[in-house]
Amino acid sequence: MGDLTRLTAAELAAKVHAREVTAVEVAQAHLDRIAAVDGRVHAFLHVDHEGALASARAVDEALDAGQAPASPLAGVPLALKDVFTTRDMPTTCGSKMLEGWVPPYDATVTRRLREAGVVILGKTNMDEFAMGSSTENSAYGPTRNPWDLDRIPGGSGGGSSAALAAFEAPLAIGTDTGGSIRQPGAVTGTVGAKPTYGGVSRYGLVAFSSSLDQGGPCGRTVLDTALLHEVIAGYDPLDSTSIDAPVPPVVAAAREGAAGDLAGVRVGVVREFAGEGYQPGVLAAFHAAVEQLRALGAEVVEVSCPNFTYALPAYYLIAPSECSSNLARFDAMRYGLRVGDDGSRSAEEVMALTREAGFGPEVKRRIMIGTYALSSGYYDAYYGQAQKVRTLISRDFAAAFERVDVLVSPTTPTTAFRIGERADDPMAMYLSDLCTIPSNLAGNASMSVPCGLAEEDGLPVGLQIMAPAMQDHRMYRVAAAYEVARDAGAGRLSDRVPEVGA
Amino acid sequence: MTATAELMDYSDVVARFDPVLGLEVHVELSTATKMFCGCANVFGGEPNTRVCPTCLGLPGSLPAVNGRAVESAIRIGLALNCQIAEWCRFARKNYFYPDMPKNFQTSQYDEPIAFDGYLDVVLEDGEIFRVGIERAHMEEDTGKSLHVGGATGRIHGAEHSLLDYNRAGVPLIEIVTKPITGAGERAPEVARAYVTALRDLLRALDVSDVRMDQGSLRCDANVSLMPKGAEVFGTRSETKNVNSLRSVERAVRYEMCRQGAVLTAGGTVVQETRHFDEATGSTSSGRRKETAEDYRYFPEPDLVPIAPAREWVEELRTTLPELPWERRRRAKEEWGLSDAELRDLVNAGALELVAETVEAGAAPGEARSWWVSYLAQQANVRGVELGDLEITPVQVARVTALVAEGSLTNKLARQVVDGVLDGEGEPDEVVEKRGLKVVSDDSALLTAIDEALAANADVADKIRSGKVAAAGAIVGAVMKATKGQADAKRVRELVLQRCGQS
Ligand SMILES: [Zn+2]
Repeated sequence: MGDLTRLTAAELAAKVHAREVTAVEVAQAHLDRIAAVDGRVHAFLHVDHEGALASARAVDEALDAGQAPASPLAGVPLALKDVFTTRDMPTTCGSKMLEGWVPPYDATVTRRLREAGVVILGKTNMDEFAMGSSTENSAYGPTRNPWDLDRIPGGSGGGSSAALAAFEAPLAIGTDTGGSIRQPGAVTGTVGAKPTYGGVSRYGLVAFSSSLDQGGPCGRTVLDTALLHEVIAGYDPLDSTSIDAPVPPVVAAAREGAAGDLAGVRVGVVREFAGEGYQPGVLAAFHAAVEQLRALGAEVVEVSCPNFTYALPAYYLIAPSECSSNLARFDAMRYGLRVGDDGSRSAEEVMALTREAGFGPEVKRRIMIGTYALSSGYYDAYYGQAQKVRTLISRDFAAAFERVDVLVSPTTPTTAFRIGERADDPMAMYLSDLCTIPSNLAGNASMSVPCGLAEEDGLPVGLQIMAPAMQDHRMYRVAAAYEVARDAGAGRLSDRVPEVGA
Repeated sequence: MTATAELMDYSDVVARFDPVLGLEVHVELSTATKMFCGCANVFGGEPNTRVCPTCLGLPGSLPAVNGRAVESAIRIGLALNCQIAEWCRFARKNYFYPDMPKNFQTSQYDEPIAFDGYLDVVLEDGEIFRVGIERAHMEEDTGKSLHVGGATGRIHGAEHSLLDYNRAGVPLIEIVTKPITGAGERAPEVARAYVTALRDLLRALDVSDVRMDQGSLRCDANVSLMPKGAEVFGTRSETKNVNSLRSVERAVRYEMCRQGAVLTAGGTVVQETRHFDEATGSTSSGRRKETAEDYRYFPEPDLVPIAPAREWVEELRTTLPELPWERRRRAKEEWGLSDAELRDLVNAGALELVAETVEAGAAPGEARSWWVSYLAQQANVRGVELGDLEITPVQVARVTALVAEGSLTNKLARQVVDGVLDGEGEPDEVVEKRGLKVVSDDSALLTAIDEALAANADVADKIRSGKVAAAGAIVGAVMKATKGQADAKRVRELVLQRCGQS
């Protein structure tokens, strides 16, 4: 049977649907792998053995009864970021505030996964409330990068990416507010896509910054990621900001791209995302990837997006402002942590003590920044200005997409840094998301696909591909074509990860 | 608790000061579901039974706007002669309070759905006073706190508090007047007349129960005084907990007298929230507002803007009912009522019921008489509102028709109405079942008369001998035998005929 954990989701689905293996065997193989390596990686906050095997069994029974698979991914295991609500598992968002909280309802993404017969293995680690770029801000301890256990797996969705890189799951779900799907994908050598804002329902996604948050698919291959994209995407009346339009044909685009021809595709290289602060090995891998695209027939031009330089400061006003309001509900009154309720204290005191004890330092920092930025007398100067920058960035994108079909850049300026290296320097940490943030502010689609290893440290580098809103399929086509060319001869990049703990 | 405030004589107050009023009225809409979720919008219920993830503000939940609530808001705006915004948004009003599940209220801030209108109110003497409307905006109600163990039911001194979120998320419209100036000594009357007119208007629009006792219509009264002839408004107080029309008038009057005393003594009015006490008719100091609370408003990112199409707005304009005061004037003229009769009718809440009864064919006098006397009595006895009696205007009209055609006497008609109220069916069915039809068949009557004459031979002889007055005893016996269903006058005629006396 071979090692099932080394197969792609598409390969696993084919075997399960052809009844060559059972979904239970596939789930069990991944549960065994988790048991073997997650002590060192710490990708998971919660593993649901019983639930996973039960849903795998349900898939097997349906297939044995002669039913068609519920979806192209029926029977394939998945790691779910612990920011989506699940009625049968805790949802903690990496925070002490929600330790042990089991929501009474499923997120729309969770529901769609279940309906598609995807087997949810468990919930993955993350920076507290998705605030961070290293998963070091999790209240439950950091996740480690399978490429080098002393390094960060990116964040906030480090658990999901590490689970993929360590072969604990072939698919994962992440959320991307400023790069939390793409940057972890880049530093773990995995694929991650941030769909167009509104492409995937946010219902049941515990909000960090409502106007930026977007759930999305993660995988080890572009096709797997596209298959998952189509399972979770689509209009949801429960999310007023979700788009009522057909899901972009990303699977077809990935298959088309895999044919290896990018003739007629215009690729724009973002001039502003290179130079100082970028690791040489990252730039070298990026430039090699661009050459590869040219070799595949793409027309490559340089494009300037001058306002992208203001994206980072604008982001760090908008995201904290929204988070200060979104996280106000954690007040010990209805659910979650409650501290100091000894009968002598007022509700207000209990609220204050709980929030003091329940939130970590990065969450508190952002709540304070946001509260300040929204205060009367400061609103126009901070939140108001940031919204204007947002408009300018959207215009830069619009102008660029007049000239090219997709934009490319490095996903993040460096490879995975060491755990603790940037823990005391929030500004250095924030720079991890320099290249990913513009797409969150503008709401367009964007993804990261591995583009080799940096010379100096042998760690994975990510190629970011950005597409216009609801043109998600364009980036999948380019990514799939590139992926085929990249692996020609050398084999899958994801297979070059060292054995965990070896 | 502060000592009872010094009060200035009302005539002195209005001789020296001009009052300025501002009235904020909150109206709970009677939509089937809540503002942002599918929970039933019903008053009361077992605590915390009409709740879901959204109105409980659970992590991950999202709001979706109730279209019927928007429609009601627009109709209210139109009825108040307001402009309807072409584009408006919801905003978050951020503050911590345990009965507010998200610790922000989804409301509207600088982009209300309706603005700049007026309401003409009719005062006691028929004078019309125009009250300017600043805005009407949509928001959600909070839950309810029940403070247990304190003397006052207020949070101060309570041992603990219970929270009921059934009301959380109920759609509210807040209607804010422009400063009301120039009312002078009639200010309290204007305040009452305004709230009365607003209540009647909302009832006619059929958008709310407008029950002040149940809190579906709530009024906050802002009152300030300025020296006669001055142009700069004085410092205002905001009186809450004004739960009846009478209280609106009393609270304004009380505040005028209190502030008059403060200002005349050389003091300054404190900008604060005050509570109205129904029992004493006085207000007492609540929360001081030395600095305006900073609610850190910002556009609600979880909802998309509302842009009501002009065609829709115009369509809604055609659904506006006749304004209550116009309706009243018309009724008065058409039915030939005196002022007192109209007032009784309105006070009994019977205007519409009478109108519908007349529409169903009853004579106005008959219809009015039924509703304000016998049915009002029955409502009282049965402890329900007049409009909640189990009888329809159409049924009342049918009863009046039966009386008019002579099938029923007034006494029998009341029994028919009782039958309908007791659920025995339509008036005609009750007549049938209870056997209440007037006996007008002479042969049937003659049989009964002959029987009575035979049984009372002595009386019969007296009549025959010319003692006509003795006929009463025979008529009584016949009426008894026919269970009162005979026309007594006709019976008497027949008795006399039978005895050769006519
Ligand atoms: Zn609800």
